[in-house]
Amino acid sequence: MTDIERHSYDVVVIGAGGSGLRAAIEARLRGKKTAIISKSLFGKAHTVMAEGGAAAAMGNANSRDNSQVHFRDTMRGGKFLNNWRMAELHANEAPDRVWELEAWGAVFDRTKDGKISQRNFGGHEYPRLAHVGDRTGLEMIRTLQQKVVALQQEDAVSHGDPEAMIKVFAETTITRLVKDGDRIAGAFGYVRDSGSFILFEAPAVVLATGGIGKTYKVTSNSWEYTGDGHALALLAGAKLLNMEFVQLHPTGMVWPPSVKGLLVTESVRGDGGVLRNSEGKRFMFNYVPDVFRAQYAETEEEADGWYADPENNRRPPELLPRDEVARSINSEVKAGRGSEHDGVFLDIASRLPAEEILRRLPSMCVQFKELADVDITKEPMEVGPTCHYVMGGVEVDPDTAAAAVPGLFAAGEVSGGMHGSNRLGGNSLSDLLVFGRRAGIGAADYLDGLTARPAIAQADLEAAAAEASAPLERPGGENPYTVHAELQDIMTNLVGLIRVETEMKQALAELEKLRERVLTVGAAGGRGYNPGWHLALDLRNMLIVAECVALAALERQESRGGHARDDFPQMSPEWRKVNLICTLDGDRVHLSRQPMKPMRPDLLARFDRDELKKYLTPDELPAPVTPEEKH
Amino acid sequence: MGYQAQLRIWRGDAGRGDLADYKVEVNEGEVVLDVLHRLQATQAGDLAIRWNCKAGKCGSCSMEINGRPRLACMTRMSTFGENETLTITPMRTFPVIRDLVTDVSFNYAKAREIPSFTPDPATKPGEFRMQQVDVNRSQEFRKCIECFLCQNTCHVIRDHTENEGAFAGPRFLMRIAELEMHPADTADRREIAQDDFGLGLCNITKCCTEVCPEHIKITDNALIPMKERVAGRKYDPLVWLGSKIGRRQVKDTPKVPGKK
Ligand SMILES: Cc1cc2nc3c(=O)[nH]c(=O)nc-3n(C[C@H](O)[C@H](O)[C@H](O)COP(=O)(O)OP(=O)(O)OC[C@H]3O[C@@H](n4cnc5c(N)ncnc54)[C@H](O)[C@@H]3O)c2cc1C
Ligand code: SF4
Ligand code: SF4
Ligand code: FES
Repeated sequence: MTDIERHSYDVVVIGAGGSGLRAAIEARLRGKKTAIISKSLFGKAHTVMAEGGAAAAMGNANSRDNSQVHFRDTMRGGKFLNNWRMAELHANEAPDRVWELEAWGAVFDRTKDGKISQRNFGGHEYPRLAHVGDRTGLEMIRTLQQKVVALQQEDAVSHGDPEAMIKVFAETTITRLVKDGDRIAGAFGYVRDSGSFILFEAPAVVLATGGIGKTYKVTSNSWEYTGDGHALALLAGAKLLNMEFVQLHPTGMVWPPSVKGLLVTESVRGDGGVLRNSEGKRFMFNYVPDVFRAQYAETEEEADGWYADPENNRRPPELLPRDEVARSINSEVKAGRGSEHDGVFLDIASRLPAEEILRRLPSMCVQFKELADVDITKEPMEVGPTCHYVMGGVEVDPDTAAAAVPGLFAAGEVSGGMHGSNRLGGNSLSDLLVFGRRAGIGAADYLDGLTARPAIAQADLEAAAAEASAPLERPGGENPYTVHAELQDIMTNLVGLIRVETEMKQALAELEKLRERVLTVGAAGGRGYNPGWHLALDLRNMLIVAECVALAALERQESRGGHARDDFPQMSPEWRKVNLICTLDGDRVHLSRQPMKPMRPDLLARFDRDELKKYLTPDELPAPVTPEEKH
Repeated sequence: MGYQAQLRIWRGDAGRGDLADYKVEVNEGEVVLDVLHRLQATQAGDLAIRWNCKAGKCGSCSMEINGRPRLACMTRMSTFGENETLTITPMRTFPVIRDLVTDVSFNYAKAREIPSFTPDPATKPGEFRMQQVDVNRSQEFRKCIECFLCQNTCHVIRDHTENEGAFAGPRFLMRIAELEMHPADTADRREIAQDDFGLGLCNITKCCTEVCPEHIKITDNALIPMKERVAGRKYDPLVWLGSKIGRRQVKDTPKVPGKK
């Protein structure tokens, strides 16, 4: 039998990004012995790449901002498909979570009166994003990392061992969750450097594994984003929600090819940058959809006036939610008004003095200078849509982050619901903190209610070990890198920004063929730090996730947020009432419909009835207010 | 464009290894990491590389390219001649795990010895008030992506493993400076900077600053000012207490213990 290193914990958090670290900190603060597992080194998780900021209605930049306004913006951005309870909790709790980071050592940019500065972003009515230049994710991850270290220092004093209560297992990958009957019992995986197997016995597991971007070819995401958590959850019997909603960020780099997809932060537009086509026109004025007409400027003068005087001017259309901007860019390029490399121009050079650009957007300056030979203080950038974020994910209870499987929790990008059909920029970093903490509490409370620890069956371990070893036993098998590239092509070409039935059916047929090949991929070389082997194992997850996205996208016959159909271009109030659920049936993805829970009346009342009409069916609308009641 | 580049890459593990020759296609605009990825995908599926963001933001892809410590994802192939052979080796200061991947746990151990941010317990979350000018310096240091290239370069440990116990390296001396310059921090780490973390071993050669991909002025802005503060404290602690007087703890903050 294979050698397996065993560890026993109360809570195992899979993922060391913002949500995982915040969950682990909370579990440890509540006295639970906690392990943090991460595919990469500590402090390098994908969150490190976030640029623009964390949205929280602290009201530092505009005192009119508050959590009710934030809630409204979030629901609008998600086109009302959001889990409204999550959107509510998120808006309410985000300020406390950001302030807490500051108390743990984060050094945000400041306002004149010494508070945390807040910047504008698409879809947010007021300047709302707490930020540090354009490297906010780095600040967040480093602060949480340093908070984990601070807790370990306390434990060194009280327990004589810094790792007594919270320990990081870096460069360790989980390939299976293990169960005892219907409950979670632990997590199984391998250690990258040695290739040896490792088992964490734990009654509670928090998934915080991030997204799925590596199933697409043009993406802003890193290699970690292979949908592991999504697949692990399905394999363990949990449900995925609304996987058809994949966000394409409107501004990725398009040239040179080696950096295609790399993110150009939305802060460029938040700080005054504008989009132009090859004719030099600010084309976004032509693309303001009806639902947003009232909130966006109609002339350049009004749009430009907004930065200094937001009370008397409406917002520039460049700051529409991301799905709108991405589709508009796509239309301009299709109409032949794109740039040389099939993008459009993003111009900050003519809008701000060079020193100001250097101060506010330092990493963008370096990124373009060093990777594309473009000086953004002098010339416009060429940009186009890039796969950025998955709104769909593990269905969870909003308050406790609990998934359908007892003992399983999920937070951050791997969870679903919070962002509806489209996420607003800045709402992820705050989501990580709010629901990371809630997952930590959820897991701790779950443990407190347990009477016996679950047990793990030897046969399950043998099966997990055999599955993980398989590619190494096929050294002459198919090249995993080739299969991965084909999978990315299928998803990018056939289930991309604009979708149509025939192409999605073709995608499903091609994925079906890939399924056989994934089972035959092999890895040459040994067990120690062997990336070919690691990728071979990731392919299982990417394939499952790709099937979920394609199936759900084919099913939803409307266009909404991150799901745009050429054959069903309208948004449909009937479809708004439907959540699409993926489960696993043997090795097959099974899709079903689940009704959306009606929004609580007091939350509905935060919107104008006329606005609600654009999203809801007549029978869902609140009764019209009679004139007497109004006064 | 498009040409075949000659690469010599160190392949091996903790035990032994050697340089191996490869020919790999290069296209316009590519960085060294792109070429290593192509090599992985087409010829050497098990080539071990550490990387994550491919955008110079995570500090994972540190290695030595023609002997120079660099991030592979931010090193353009166009900086080398098409006929030049590129020699790519792992960071020399840290033990090799496999190929280009090294064991950087030394750094995490040092990080854990430095007393953490210690605000005044009376200041509640949300109540911090700090001016931008007062946080600029700490923010500069917090740009650090922990690529550990400075740690790899500093001669105090690069050629002298025996110093590893007594010297935290530029990255972590800078972390101490960052906390000391944080307007809301109340601990005093000057004594341990000198005695436990080896500030005195630094002879301000600035090699660390030269390799920092974030262009942080490690030596000028962190190490030299820390040295001045440590020296100043020897005869007049009040000079340094300055504006923070009354909030600083009277006692020196001790180094944090490890496993007993
Ligand atoms: C370039 C870029 C810029 C962005 N900017 C912003 C922004 O300004 N504001 C904003 O709100 N959002 C932004 N986002 C989105 C946001 O950064 C992410 O959604 C968020 O960081 C995800 O965090 P997370 O905690 O869910 O997971 P991550 O930070 O991605 O962490 C996932 C963790 O899970 C681990 N993991 C995954 N699979 C396994 C496995 N099988 N075994 C063990 N460990 C595993 C990984 O190693 C990693 O530690 C940006 C995203 C990108 C790509
Ligand atoms: S300046 Fe000091 S820390 Fe930096 S490389 Fe030289 S000796 Fe090392
Ligand atoms: S200070 Fe610079 S060189 Fe040193 S670890 Fe940080 S980013 Fe890297
Ligand atoms: S891969 Fe992140 S810095 Fe190079």
